[in-house]
Amino acid sequence: MNHMDAIGVENLTKQFDDVLAVDRISFTVDQGELFGLLGPNGAGKTTTINMLSTLLKPSSGHAEIAGFDVYHDRDAVRKSIGIVFQEPALDNRLTGRENLEFHAMLYGMSREERRTRIQEVFNLVELTEKANVLVENYSGGMKRRLEIARGLIHKPKVLFLDEPTLGLDTQTRRNIWEYIKNLNEESGVTIILTTHYMEEADYLCGRIAIIDFGKIVAINTPVNLKNTLGGDVISVEADPPEKCFEAFKKFPWVREISRHDGTISLNVDQGEKKIPLLIDRDQTGEGFEITSISLRKPTLEDVFLHFTGKTMRERESSQGERNRGHFRRGR
Amino acid sequence: MTVIDGIAIYVLWLRDMKRFFRAKSRIIGTLAMPLFFLAFLGLGFNRMSMPGMPSNTDYIHFLVPGIIGMTMLFTSMFAGMSVLWDREFGFLREIMVAPVNRVSIVLGRIAGGTTTALIQGIMILGASVILGFSIAGVSSFLIAVLFMFLISNTFIGLGLIFASKMKDMQGFTLIMNFIIFPLFFLSGALYPLKNMPFWLRFLSYLDPLTYGVDGLRGALIQFSSHTLFFDFIILSGFSLLMIFLGAYFFEKSESV
Repeated sequence: MNHMDAIGVENLTKQFDDVLAVDRISFTVDQGELFGLLGPNGAGKTTTINMLSTLLKPSSGHAEIAGFDVYHDRDAVRKSIGIVFQEPALDNRLTGRENLEFHAMLYGMSREERRTRIQEVFNLVELTEKANVLVENYSGGMKRRLEIARGLIHKPKVLFLDEPTLGLDTQTRRNIWEYIKNLNEESGVTIILTTHYMEEADYLCGRIAIIDFGKIVAINTPVNLKNTLGGDVISVEADPPEKCFEAFKKFPWVREISRHDGTISLNVDQGEKKIPLLIDRDQTGEGFEITSISLRKPTLEDVFLHFTGKTMRERESSQGERNRGHFRRGR
Repeated sequence: MTVIDGIAIYVLWLRDMKRFFRAKSRIIGTLAMPLFFLAFLGLGFNRMSMPGMPSNTDYIHFLVPGIIGMTMLFTSMFAGMSVLWDREFGFLREIMVAPVNRVSIVLGRIAGGTTTALIQGIMILGASVILGFSIAGVSSFLIAVLFMFLISNTFIGLGLIFASKMKDMQGFTLIMNFIIFPLFFLSGALYPLKNMPFWLRFLSYLDPLTYGVDGLRGALIQFSSHTLFFDFIILSGFSLLMIFLGAYFFEKSESV
């Protein structure tokens, strides 16, 4: 593990009763990086964050934050991190300022430090005017911003954001994205965020680890991840899809093909030139008919499909099944 | 290795104070039940005398220490179990991820819970003075406060044990009906324990509140089954044990 690494994770594993929530994952995050854990609900992202932030003990493997071991140097790790949880963790009966004051005092900051830092973070998330309002009167977006502010008061080396825009409307989500991006660029704080929104990971993160069933299946920049697929994605709807799938599979220039319900996805180079060939095939009397056809550049959704063989949506329904037993016991 | 973090205890205490004084309706809500018990039972049964009761006092004088004990029991158990509320609303994580050791968190909660319980117990005592209760003097008031303090510590500890063992609020009414109310009725808060059959009296002697109520009675109306010193020793033992167990189970519990 390099000393410049903000986060170093080696074979980190968490076993809950009979569910292997996180399965020997390893990765490193450089200082100042904005790193994303992308995966469907239940893939093990939050469990990973909980282990890295000392809330859960790892079953095996180890992890370091800012050079401190998450198992042996818990207090040092806790001092080095800020965290925004998936669900709000604010005291609604206190004002915004009191919530921040509570936090700053718990982190052992002096009165003078508290006064200046709290003002700074309020300005940063533009909540200064609402500082003395009870949190129960805040909107969802304001609460999230307050939590981001709180996570930053004690100048952490690493900021964890667990699904930072979950349950927020599109407008607010955009705003939060801007805060996160600016924060990372201006203050240089290392940020690790989890998300199951493809566009969020794509827009924000410098590097992404795709996590599925507790395992990291790919790790790279969004651009490189999309480039691993090579060319373009052509989506075809056909009737009956099985026959169309069999026919298209025979083209030598099809790099990859998969079928999900009625939709067939092909990965090809120079997609615009391949569309006529596909349509020609439709005419050859093999007993299928193309009903729609579209061409696009690969997205992270395609990358996920490529590495896991399933779409994120399909994965979420099956992960739900897998985790139901766990949640009944665990929560 | 474990250093008690005074600032953390103070911050957690301060939070409880702010929440307490802000929730006016909740204060009235929690005080209403003991006040009704006091007013209706006290005034309704006032002319009655029971075997085992001191012959020279009204029922209301016998009842007031019991109702103060009741107030301490309920508010302290709720304070101990407020960990569940914090878990439900997510705030527990904010506390657990802070660089503060668990013992300080437990002590902070006990400090906050004890203070709010004491305020409420003293308010009930004040209300009973209005209803005709008379306190012997400053020393009997101070001894009563000491017993209130011990009762409170004991049941905050017990509340913490339950809160650490439960994952959500679902078991709360069970605890209320099968733990808190039996503890209350077994303590002799409403009637002399002498009148109960032997086996119930045996259970009473296992109930920490029995010694709390008896001590409060000894302090406030100079009438008790045991000596004040005996009550004090037994109750101190219970409170130390409960605080220790509460801290132990809280430390053990998973925070997410």
